[in-house]
Amino acid sequence: MKRHLLEAADLDRADATLVLDTAAQIDQALAGREVKKLPTLRGRTVVNLFYEDSTRTRISFELAAKRLSADVINFSAKGSSVSKGESLKDTALTLEAMGSDAIVVRHSASGAPHRLANWVRGSVVNAGDGTHEHPTQALLDAYTIRQRLGRLEGVRVAVVGDVLHSRVARSNVWLLHTLGAEVTVVAPPTLLPVGIGSWPVEVSYDLDTVLPKSDVVMMLRVQAERMNASFFPSAREYSRRYGLDARRVAALADDAIVMHPGPMNRGMEIAAEVADSARSTIVEQVGNGVSVRMAVLYLLLGGSTQ
Amino acid sequence: MASSTEPARGTAPRTGDPSSAGTLLTAADVGRVIDRMAHQLIERAATSDPGGGRGDGTAGLSDLVLVGIPTRGAPLARRIAARIEAFTGTPVDVGTADITLYRDDLRMRGVRALEPTVLPDAGIDGRLVVLVDDVLFSGRSVRAALDALRDLGRPRSVQLAVLVDRGHRELPIRADFVGKNVPTARSQQVRVHLSETDGVDEVLVTEGES
Repeated sequence: MKRHLLEAADLDRADATLVLDTAAQIDQALAGREVKKLPTLRGRTVVNLFYEDSTRTRISFELAAKRLSADVINFSAKGSSVSKGESLKDTALTLEAMGSDAIVVRHSASGAPHRLANWVRGSVVNAGDGTHEHPTQALLDAYTIRQRLGRLEGVRVAVVGDVLHSRVARSNVWLLHTLGAEVTVVAPPTLLPVGIGSWPVEVSYDLDTVLPKSDVVMMLRVQAERMNASFFPSAREYSRRYGLDARRVAALADDAIVMHPGPMNRGMEIAAEVADSARSTIVEQVGNGVSVRMAVLYLLLGGSTQ
Repeated sequence: MASSTEPARGTAPRTGDPSSAGTLLTAADVGRVIDRMAHQLIERAATSDPGGGRGDGTAGLSDLVLVGIPTRGAPLARRIAARIEAFTGTPVDVGTADITLYRDDLRMRGVRALEPTVLPDAGIDGRLVVLVDDVLFSGRSVRAALDALRDLGRPRSVQLAVLVDRGHRELPIRADFVGKNVPTARSQQVRVHLSETDGVDEVLVTEGES
């Protein structure tokens, strides 16, 4: 593995499979035991550097690092010297001077983790940068698909919704492609990025024709905070054409699964009854996130440093 | 039968001269050694049964769990369990415990892939756990395994069975069941090959670093 995990393309097929296998072994080793803690990263320090709000990703990384016995420092931009104007670089160098071995970074600017990786000696893990990538989310999604369906090769995945703003979609497309899945993105034309033609995906504007041919439906959150123009006429119309409701779920194959990275807009891109159904892996995805992030931290920090 | 593989020099391997390179145990030897270890475990399980034992050699076997240390301890544990069942008709619980995440030398090498950890459904609490490994050398793997066991449950007693004890301990650890004691030089390598992992049963001593 490389020293950093900045984007899904950092992982070739062997590395990606190693992460998933390691996560599975960790899952198995910790299943059902009272002490859910391993001594592996004792004495290492992981900094969670979050410039953007997050519930599950930050908690998930914190839990993953703590279960491996690393020391964890949580840093959120609110209430720090960032509000006094300190730059990303100065903040990172300050944290490193205090002895951090890895920095898990979320930032609203695409590419911030790449910049960070050039400034610090430790490992950098991208926990979501702007509209660019969120590689650990893609890993936990791939892990969940493999766990439910038993394979990734040839699995047909529909990624539905706000692909334009979605770092989750971007990371998933590349990682799932690396792992041999067939991805179709489904979205209104206004929510597809320029250059989608160069992605290794099929493109469709019609959800109803794609659903019967899908093993996995991955719904994306409509990102109201990044909607600075009118991408669709109304929430109601979006929901009618691209929302996943019970009627559409009925068109799916019997063992097809429904995924969502969270947080959900219930009633918008996904109906509450679908989110809570047996097909839904939404809660599993959160649990798997901890195992996958433990695997990533172990593989980045567990060995010798050069 | 068993005595044919017992070392002639006694039980302390480092007192003898280092073995010369070559085949230490053939496939037939490995089979005999495993059989003998199975018999010893049957005896130990019977005598260590908290109920006092019924004297028929099977009293404490339900209490026994063989936990293999991957890679080769795992198939070794399964084989010993299969022989115990063949001799007594009583099945024995088997598990594996990966110790990678508990090692004290993680930072000295590149990152390692993990192996499975599987425990019997009945768990290990209150039972007689016998750790099974292929070669006992520094004792560090066993220490890591003991640390792992501590997180996995609370056995009544933990013992250690190894196919080969080659000496050069770096920690105060000894085995309760030894297939073969082998005096070695620290520079030598002892390689255990098992048909499950390597296609052939044999134990080799080779010179120099791997």
